[in-house]
Parts: sequence; structure tokens; C-alpha cells
Amino acid sequence: MIAEFGHFALILAFAVALYQMIVPMIGAARGWPGWMDSARPAAMAQFLLTGLSFAALTVAFVTSDFSLKLVYENSHTAKPMLYKISGVWGNHEGSMLLWVLILALFGAAAAVFGGNLPPSLRARVLAVQASIGAAFYAFIIFTSNPFLRLANPPFDGRDLNPLLQDPGLAFHPPFLYLGYVGLSMAFSFAVAALIEGRVDAAWARWVRPWTLAAWMFLTIGIALGSWWAYYELGWGGFWFWDPVENASFMPWLLAAALLHSAIVVEKREALKSWTILLAIMAFGFSMIGTFIVRSGVITSVHSFASDPARGVFILCILAVFTGGALTLYAARAGQMTAKGVFAPVSREGALVLNNVLLAVSAFVVFIGTMWPLFAEMMWDRKLSVGAPFFNKAFTPFMLALAIALPLGAIMPWKRAVPSRAIRPLRGALIFAAAMVLLVFAVSTGRSAIAIIGAGLGAWLIGGSVAELIHRTGKSGLSRLLRLPRADWGKAVAHSGLGVTFIGVALLTAWQTEDIRVAQIGEPFDVAGYQITLTTVDEVEGPNYLSTMAVMDVARNGRHVATLRPEKRVYPVQAMPTTEAAIDNGIFRDIYLVIGDAQKDGGWAVRSYVKPFANWIWAGAILMALGGVISLSDRRYRVAAGARKRGSMAAVPAE
Amino acid sequence: MKRLFVILALLMALLSPALAVQPDEVLDDPMLEARAREISQKLRCPICQGENIDESNAAISRDLRLYVRERLVAGDSDDEVLDAVVDRFGEFVLFEPRVRGGNLILWLAGPVMALAGLLIAWGFMRGRSRAAPSAAELSEAEKSRLDEIMRE
Repeated sequence: MIAEFGHFALILAFAVALYQMIVPMIGAARGWPGWMDSARPAAMAQFLLTGLSFAALTVAFVTSDFSLKLVYENSHTAKPMLYKISGVWGNHEGSMLLWVLILALFGAAAAVFGGNLPPSLRARVLAVQASIGAAFYAFIIFTSNPFLRLANPPFDGRDLNPLLQDPGLAFHPPFLYLGYVGLSMAFSFAVAALIEGRVDAAWARWVRPWTLAAWMFLTIGIALGSWWAYYELGWGGFWFWDPVENASFMPWLLAAALLHSAIVVEKREALKSWTILLAIMAFGFSMIGTFIVRSGVITSVHSFASDPARGVFILCILAVFTGGALTLYAARAGQMTAKGVFAPVSREGALVLNNVLLAVSAFVVFIGTMWPLFAEMMWDRKLSVGAPFFNKAFTPFMLALAIALPLGAIMPWKRAVPSRAIRPLRGALIFAAAMVLLVFAVSTGRSAIAIIGAGLGAWLIGGSVAELIHRTGKSGLSRLLRLPRADWGKAVAHSGLGVTFIGVALLTAWQTEDIRVAQIGEPFDVAGYQITLTTVDEVEGPNYLSTMAVMDVARNGRHVATLRPEKRVYPVQAMPTTEAAIDNGIFRDIYLVIGDAQKDGGWAVRSYVKPFANWIWAGAILMALGGVISLSDRRYRVAAGARKRGSMAAVPAE
Repeated sequence: MKRLFVILALLMALLSPALAVQPDEVLDDPMLEARAREISQKLRCPICQGENIDESNAAISRDLRLYVRERLVAGDSDDEVLDAVVDRFGEFVLFEPRVRGGNLILWLAGPVMALAGLLIAWGFMRGRSRAAPSAAELSEAEKSRLDEIMRE
């Protein structure tokens, strides 16, 4: 009964979305306030209905209602509660429902917080948002209905893919979707602005917080996925250039470019049409990502839910929205004239360079991801493009970005005198040079990656600190604390990038790996640590069996950690997984994996010492934190004040 | 219940994941082993989904890893080893497409795009630095709203 209720709510939400995409749009064209304003209650109703539908599916998973086909296929009574809940989106149908739920959430948020938007722009934004929603409701209802029943409900389910039974993966998709779908707001604002024929500083100020929020969520979502891969897949890789990873990385790069170009629109009224194009492309790539994941068109470890019919449907959605928006763009972009005047060497110029580098790097990821498909269609050649290609083709742009970033960030607007602009960065340059020397001394000339990466990371962090000091001037600490939050957010996010640079470079260059047969009770040395395999036991988990080793790690006779690496078998899915045991540290992780028992005694053991591994994700957290700080800046709170007035006026109407 | 456990334990033995590189595969010469690992990371497991043979648990990946090491011990260069594997399995197993023929487009796309982007950006910025500053134009509604704000 509850499932039918959820199904019905979903169909109603589809109907509301259809209303919301048509009526307010006509209202905005004709200037009818009532029609325009009806978009707001519609957006909220749509969110409420989708929320009910999602709640109904969650109830079905939590209560293990195996009369639902989806629950039968992806759940099991013995599964822990966290994974019963996360199992709702650990499958195709449920994850698409989460997708539209977040889409509706953003629409409702725009309706609630959009009090200070001009009514016609607000109506159009909500109408465009609803049209995206309508397309995906149709997709779910017609091709991926999560509420289908089974005629003869079985006693127990088939369980969730064990790889997905992990706390990291419980939160990875929601954050990723908040990011992907959050970019739909930038898209809706861009299309609405094209229809209005007006892009100005105010538009950029409205669109920037949404983009910033989406980018933050995407940052956290990608970092969670990479962290999960690090500890779950059993060899401690953190990024594989897998098509599905690339699908989330391209919108991230474009959203980062969009964030920066919107600053130029907001402050200087230039780069308008480019910013609009970026907003369209960023969400376009989010949809391409959905297409890649959901169609399984490119073979990938993620394509656990692939189906050609669904792929074609999403491809149509992608074609209609991106194609439509680009057509509109072609017709209207000419009307957007730049106002600000600036010299090439200036903050504007630096932000243009940022945009070129980020957009080109996103393009490199795109062409690398799509190349196998292209080669097969054009020449019938089956080939692969993987990590070695991306490491070579993508990295140079990131290096260029890191070199230019502190220089560009400190330049004044309009026109800069290079020699004067660079002066505050002398400290940062010395810091970076010292770091290069230190790394060179420590690494005994093994790898250029460590030297370049750590040097650039130090340059980024030092540059951010130098900029804060420069902005403070001579008035000291009190002024430093009173700097605009946006300045702090910028410094924190840019240092975060530096921290990630250091982590990636030093982990890649300095990692130690040891593969051996370990005898119980016989210690062995790995990079200065003495590791002893103490015992190996068979352990029974809630829905799996585990071979658990107990391993002691010591350094110079002092106990460091006791780690318990496991390998598990999930009988329902008949699937083995490795659970590495990790001793996390600021400067190194010790990462142990237990393998098979050997015929002549002992166990296969893989041990790694991974220097600076956690810096990769610490940097990502700093980047997201920088976004949060920037989002709390006064100028958005000023807008919040206007919002309060607007919503008070709206109370009697409701 | 006990029988169930026995069955599960059996199942477990059958399913236990063979970890990527096994201790018995590792070569004694650390230089050769390092080269083998590097080559293995460039080769795609022919039957898995997007894994290289260094990380893969499949039997064929183990065979390929052993084959790579055999060739290296026999004195082949890195490229000769890669060529030998490609001859057998086709270019599908190469994670880094060869820089020749149609693949040139793939490799050159990034640099060409960057160059074009920088040229366009430079042209645009030259235009911006010469343009005359124009006054912001407000619509009627905005003018009245501005007046309203100024009066407050």
C-alpha cells in the first residue's frame, strides 16, 4: 500500500512539474503576476510529493518489503540498517529517484530563497528547472519505475553488491548528486537569462551561490568516492580515470571555471556570454555523466545498472536540453555586451586564463573518455584510454594552473603592473623554493613528481597566506580577522588545492610496497616499520564471512598499531571483497592487506607505507570549507536580508 | 546450521580473492620488477571492466603478468614487451593509445585546444583593453527601484 502511495505521489509530482514548466513561463511572457507566482507553490509541492515518494521507497527498504522487485533485487533482511537505507540509492531506479528528489529540492530552495529575484526571472528559472524535472520524472516512470511489484514475493532478497556496503559509499552518491543536480540551478538561471535577454552583475550574484554550493557538494562527493576506492579496493589507489570518475570530474572542472567567471561578471560586467555558455556546459556534462553511468555505453567498473533503452532516453533528454539551450544561446548571445574594460595583465585576465586552463582540461578528460567510443564508431577499432594517457595529457594543465594561480589571485582588477603585483609573493616563492630543496634532499633524487608537486603545493599555500597578509596591510591582526569572508574562503580553498597537490605528488613518488608470504609470528621490515602477522581467524559478520588477520606494527621496538585486515565473502551475492586495515597518520598511512593462505604455510600479505595520503582528502575538505566560508560572505547575507522582507510579504498570500 | 556453515566455508575457499600481484610472481631483481610493474599498469585486463593487469584478480591477468616478467628476464625492452602483448590481444589492452594514425587527434586535441583558447582569449582581452567604458544602462523598473532605495 505504501509503495502504491509513493508511486502515486511520483506521478503527481510529474503532473505538478508539467504545470510548473508551462504556466509560469507563459505568465512571464505575458506579464501576468498570478501565473508567474504560481511557480513557487508548485515548486514546493513538487518537492513535497517527490519527498513522499522517496520516503515510501525508503520504508519499503527498511521494512524489507520483498514484494517490491527493487527491494528484492537489492536488499536482504540480514543487511545492517545503514545499508538498508543507503540501498535505496545503491541501484539504478532508486538513485534516479534521489536525482529528481534533489532536483526538486533545488527548485524548492530557489522558490523559498528567491524572494529578491525579479518575478519574471524567478518564474522562468523555476519553469526551466521544472522542465528538467519533468523529463526525468518521465524517464523514471516509463523506464525505471522503482515501485514495480512481484506477483509472488520471495522470502528474502538478493542483497546489495557488497562493494556498495560501506559507509563511504552510503554518502558518496547523495553528495555527488547534490553537486551534479545543483548545477541545474546554474543551467536554469542561464536559460532564464537568455530568454529574458539580460545578464548583469545582479544575475551573477544570484547564480554564484548556487554554483558555489553545487561545486562544494561535488568536491565532497568526489573526495568521498576517491577515499572509498583508497581503502576498499585493496591496493590504495585513489583515482583511476575510470569513465564514471571522469563523468563526475568534468562537471567539477567546469563548475570551478564557472565560479571564477561569474566573479568577473559580478564585479566587472565582462565575460557574460562565456559565463552563460559555461553554465550550460557544466550541467550538460552532468547529464553526460548520468548518461555514461546509466547507459553503460563505456565499459566501466561502475556500470552495475546498464540498459540501452534507458541510455537512449537519457541521450534524448541530453540532446533536447543541451541542444535547446545552445540554440537559444546562439540566438541571444550577441545581445550580451561586455561593459568592463581591462588590460590582459589584470585579475580579469588571470581569471580568463583560469577559465581557459580549466575548460581545456575538462575537454581533455572528455575526449579521453569518449575516444574509445569514437574510435569504434569511426574505424571499428577497439581501443582503451586509461590512466597513463590522462596522467600525461591532463597533468600539464594542472601544473600551469598551479603556477599561475597565486600570481593571478593577487593581481589588482583592471590593470596590473606585473613587477609590483608580484612583490607580496616573494615570501611564498622562498617558501616554495625551500620546500623543493627539502624534498630534493629527502627523496634522494628519485622522482621529479615529488619535487614539482610539493614545490607547487607550497607555492599555492604560501601564495594564499601571502595574499591574506598583503590584504591586511600594516594594520595587523584585527584587520586580518575583519577581511571579507570571501577573501578567507578564497585563501582556504586555494591552500586546499595546494594540500591536495602535495598529497598526490608525495604519495605517488614515495609510496613503499611490500608483497610477501608472511609466516605467523615472524616479523618483517617495510620502510622502517616491523610488521608481524600474529593470528588469522575465521569470523562471522552479519551478512558475510571473514578471514581476519591480526597484525602488529612496531617502529624501533615501539608499538605503533594493531591492525586487522580482512577478506570477506558475501554468500548471497557470492562475492569476495578485501578490507584493508589502515593506520591513519598525518604524514603516513600504514596500509595492510591479507591474501590467501599458502600451500607451504604462511599467508600472502601486502603492506604499504603511504606518505601524505590523507593530504589528498584533507585538501578536498579545505576546498569545500573555503566554499562554505565564501558562501557566508556579507554580500550574500545582504541578499538574505532582502529575502526576509520578500518572504514576509509573501506570507498572507499562502 | 552447522552444515550451512560448512557450505559457506567451502564457498569462501572457492571465492577467496586472489590478490593482484602474488608473492610468487615477484622477480628477485628489483629493477626488473619495477619495470614489470610499470608495464603492467599500462596493460588492460582483457576480460575485466577497466582494470589494469597489475590490479586485476583475474587468472588471465596473472598469466599476462607472468608473461611480461618472462619477457623482461629474457632481455626484452619495455616497448618490445608491450608490442608482444598487443600482437596477441590487439590494441584494446593498451591503456595508453599509441601516438600515431588517428590517435594523433586524441593526443593533440588538448594542446591544440589550449593554444586556440589562449589565442581567442588574448584577442578578446586586447579588444577589452581598447574598448571605451560604457555607462551601465538601467531599465525603467530598475530606475524607479533605485530611486526607492535612495529615498529609504
